[in-house]
Amino acid sequence: MTVLGDRQQLSYIASQAADARLNLELETEGMTLNIGPQHPATHGTLRIIARLDGEQVVWAEPVCGYMHRGYEKLTEVRTFPQVTTLINRIDWLGSFANEVPFILAAEKLMGVEAPPRAQYIRTILFELSRIANISLFLGDLGVQLGAITPVFLAFRDREYVLNLIESATGGRFHPNFDRIGGLKDDLPAGWIDETRAVMKKLRGFCDQIEDLLFGNEIFQSRTRGIGVVPRDVALQYGLSGANLRASGVDWDLRRDQTLPMAWDKADWKVWTHPDGDSFARCWIRLQETREATKIVDQLLGSIPSGPVMAKVPKIIKVPEGEAWVSTENPLGEMGYYVISRGDLGPFRVKIRSASFNNLSITPWLLRGVYVPDIVTILASLYFILGDIDR
Amino acid sequence: MREQMLVAIQTSLGDALVESQIKSLDDLWIRVRTDSWRASVKKLRDVHGFDYFCFLSAIDWMPSPYGRGEDDPTEPAPIRDTTIRSGYAGGETRIQVFIRIVNSTTHLGITVKADVADTALVIESLITIFAGANWHEREAHEMFGIDFAGHPDLRNMYLPADFEGHPLRKDFPLLSRMVKPWPGIVDVEPLPASDEPASDEPADDLPTSGNETVSDDAS
Repeated sequence: MTVLGDRQQLSYIASQAADARLNLELETEGMTLNIGPQHPATHGTLRIIARLDGEQVVWAEPVCGYMHRGYEKLTEVRTFPQVTTLINRIDWLGSFANEVPFILAAEKLMGVEAPPRAQYIRTILFELSRIANISLFLGDLGVQLGAITPVFLAFRDREYVLNLIESATGGRFHPNFDRIGGLKDDLPAGWIDETRAVMKKLRGFCDQIEDLLFGNEIFQSRTRGIGVVPRDVALQYGLSGANLRASGVDWDLRRDQTLPMAWDKADWKVWTHPDGDSFARCWIRLQETREATKIVDQLLGSIPSGPVMAKVPKIIKVPEGEAWVSTENPLGEMGYYVISRGDLGPFRVKIRSASFNNLSITPWLLRGVYVPDIVTILASLYFILGDIDR
Repeated sequence: MREQMLVAIQTSLGDALVESQIKSLDDLWIRVRTDSWRASVKKLRDVHGFDYFCFLSAIDWMPSPYGRGEDDPTEPAPIRDTTIRSGYAGGETRIQVFIRIVNSTTHLGITVKADVADTALVIESLITIFAGANWHEREAHEMFGIDFAGHPDLRNMYLPADFEGHPLRKDFPLLSRMVKPWPGIVDVEPLPASDEPASDEPADDLPTSGNETVSDDAS
């Protein structure tokens, strides 16, 4: 440090003081921007508080809790079959997929396995809810960047899938179709052919979105190199699903664990992307939707015959024990840690939802980005509010 | 595979590992000493490659004194057994903290538990090992009242700041079930005298249409 003479030092202090006064008069200190709780970019009620310096975010923090329904507590006063009614509503766009890991955990504790036909139908419905969920994401993505057309395409084509889910299960959004030991019902007549036709339409939808959005120059410049999550950060924050694979981690729970489901009976590919930016996350989801239609198509042709329900007691008591089952849901890894005491209902259920971990990275990720990028980064992380707060 | 993993973990953790439980094709549970919670998890990450943070939460092992919240509020409350009995890999305290971490190359996961002393609900924070533990520890703090030493910001995630009590503790009553008789009581209350063996035809659900169906089943 240079030693300043008395005179120099005095003038230095004076200049600093003048600067400080100027700053005070012009109010150039940071500004706090509040986004939400009601905001189209948040898919529900999420509030984000961002501290800005000019156009840059210095610090940002999501405020959760507007959708907290206390499902972990509520499961403790319900019987095992009643729990599926609740957990349907965690990720409401892919409801059927929420039921599966819980039912699998209960089946694991009971030592029951669903018959092959039920496993196939479960897998098909699981993938259909993935398609319904992610096709809405692909449409929404456009809206958040100012393109209005994709969302109309998405709502139109998602309807076909929801109609399929409705005709098979009776519920558009909350099927509550999965039972311990199998499924509530068999597929309706003519459903398989109808599904085939819809899958073809959905592949067309993916192509359309790819042409409209992913090849678009504005879309690329808004998402490429924005919101980069490196591999090791993704792992330690517990990101999952497409967010993890976009950071170059080749890990898909459908492929990398053995579950009594039918994913291993189909030929499909797990896509990864090395970039880890917003574009990579969106692109992976697009590819996943395509793969999901392929999985459904292949499984439709080979559904084995037989019952859809294993032999289980009328009144279900789950033996004492602890089980953890997680599956690759549309949003990422969704798992249930179920503790049973041999009672009618669970002793404790820890719900590990994908969005909670996926959103927990935002304070780190939003630091230093520009205000318009907040929306694209949040959109590309893709979360459902019910899946964060549970 | 999991057996070898357990042996390796036993050697490297030494006496920090208290108990373990293994289901060979299914899962692995270990319990570590409370004072070496942070050190053990760090070792598991650095030595054994458990680099994926799945979740952190807590368990209250005391059975609820309110049962399933189906008591008639006009009757005197029944006395229930609230003896504390721990799960896999044992435990000596009422509240346990547990995390799930996974090896991102072999895709094998492990559940690590640690006791939290009833007198002082404090355990080290894992925030410097897994940044993702931040929100999970805030959640556990809010729901169970556990303090995480070293966590910079244990604000509530969901509930208002002045909320009293810790909802996921078993002695926290579910008030909506307390104030009036639970209408679903007919679904579950009259149990058959003995456990029925698997019936011939597949059952699809608990009977939902009231007492008649249930008594038919029991006869």
